[in-house]
Amino acid sequence: MKPWMLGVFMAGLFATSAQAAEVSVAVAANFTAPMQRISAAFEQDTGHKATLAFGSTGKFYAQIKNGAPFQVLLSADDETPARLEREGLSVSGTRFTYAIGKLVLWSRQPGLVDDKGDVLRTGKFERIALADPKLAPYGAAAVEVLNGLGLMSALAPKFVQGENIAQTYQFVATGNAELGFVAMSQVFAEGKLTQGSAWMIPASRHAPIRQDAVVLSPGKDNAAAAALMAYLRNDKARAIIRSFGYDL
Amino acid sequence: MSPSSEALQAIRLTVELATLTTIILLVIATPIAWWLSCTSSRWRAPISALVTLPLVLPPSVLGFYLLVAMGPDGPLGRLTLSLGWGTLSFTFTGLLIGSIIFSLPFAVQPIQHAFESVGQRPMEVAATLRARPLDAFFSVALPLARPGLITAAILSFAHTVGEFGVVLMIGGNIPGKTRVVSTQIYGHVEAMEYAQAHWLAGGMVLLSFAVLLALSLMKRRLGRVMP
Repeated sequence: MKPWMLGVFMAGLFATSAQAAEVSVAVAANFTAPMQRISAAFEQDTGHKATLAFGSTGKFYAQIKNGAPFQVLLSADDETPARLEREGLSVSGTRFTYAIGKLVLWSRQPGLVDDKGDVLRTGKFERIALADPKLAPYGAAAVEVLNGLGLMSALAPKFVQGENIAQTYQFVATGNAELGFVAMSQVFAEGKLTQGSAWMIPASRHAPIRQDAVVLSPGKDNAAAAALMAYLRNDKARAIIRSFGYDL
Repeated sequence: MSPSSEALQAIRLTVELATLTTIILLVIATPIAWWLSCTSSRWRAPISALVTLPLVLPPSVLGFYLLVAMGPDGPLGRLTLSLGWGTLSFTFTGLLIGSIIFSLPFAVQPIQHAFESVGQRPMEVAATLRARPLDAFFSVALPLARPGLITAAILSFAHTVGEFGVVLMIGGNIPGKTRVVSTQIYGHVEAMEYAQAHWLAGGMVLLSFAVLLALSLMKRRLGRVMP
């Protein structure tokens, strides 16, 4: 018996013995697809219910600061959970990294992006999409990559910025921008590129995109919130997270 | 704290966009409103519904369809590409087209109501005085519908200033080209720069209040001619 099975077993016991609880979770937009899978498994295995809201981390921060009743935040970065903790809006000691995002340069046109990213130098495109570096960790990572390549000022006039990584993907997926920096989780499924061409950007080219989870003050004594945090660390959830193109 | 140059740039762009949208809308909406106010064609109802559609549709729907239409596979995108203009998404022109569609009902409806309340009678009188239809339209119908035109202009301008969803979808947040006040505020809030957000947001509230106040004062002054 693997440790996680024991955990699930115990959680199952707990769920039948105690009242099944409900947890309200704010989820970063880029983690939408994996979280839907994880919460389905979570509900099945523990009997607790997770209510999910998807959106940008910045918006969630504003809402939480103004009394939103979310109990757990799955952030797109590690700064926001740290900030919430400093401001006394979360339960201290609950923060942990549930996923590490991977950045890819992607185009829906096959053959446009080579596997070393040389297309950035040849510059044979009109527009390149990235998430707003001020708002989205994936955008900040993209800027770091371009700075490292010394191409920032050359490419800046061709930038179009998505408000978040989902919108950035939309710009590229609709062909309005020929290529763009998106999350690997958006263009990979089962270890393969779903369409087009891509450069898997080596993780050494930018600071790791750590996505942290935290229990917020309203979730302090909620059994389902604690169970979800534990569940995110088990092998089953981690396997789902990896299959969507995140590191751990 | 005073507004930054970024904020001033966004304000200038917003005013530019709203002004151009208003001018173009008045030119487009007047003939549509006239036609709707006096036609008995069976196309009246469907055209009227089509013109009103942007009022009902969520801006995100409108923005998404515009993005797809302006993309290289969309009808608009193919047209502009074949003309050698490139695609319109992420350009000021693209934003202008989006704003015109988005605010169309706000321009058409007041003008249409003004024409309807003026009625056909003055035009008939003009015709008995041997005025040609076009002449009568410009010298009789249009001046009588002036309150409606003013309402249309104010509403179009204000509605374009308040436009957000469409800009977010097709703008790409390019400073000086597509980053308007509403998206700038949104960016500040998302980036947790609440002080800057307050500056611009407060300005928006004051501007909107001033516009609506002007509108209601004018309504009272012009009395019952107003739609």
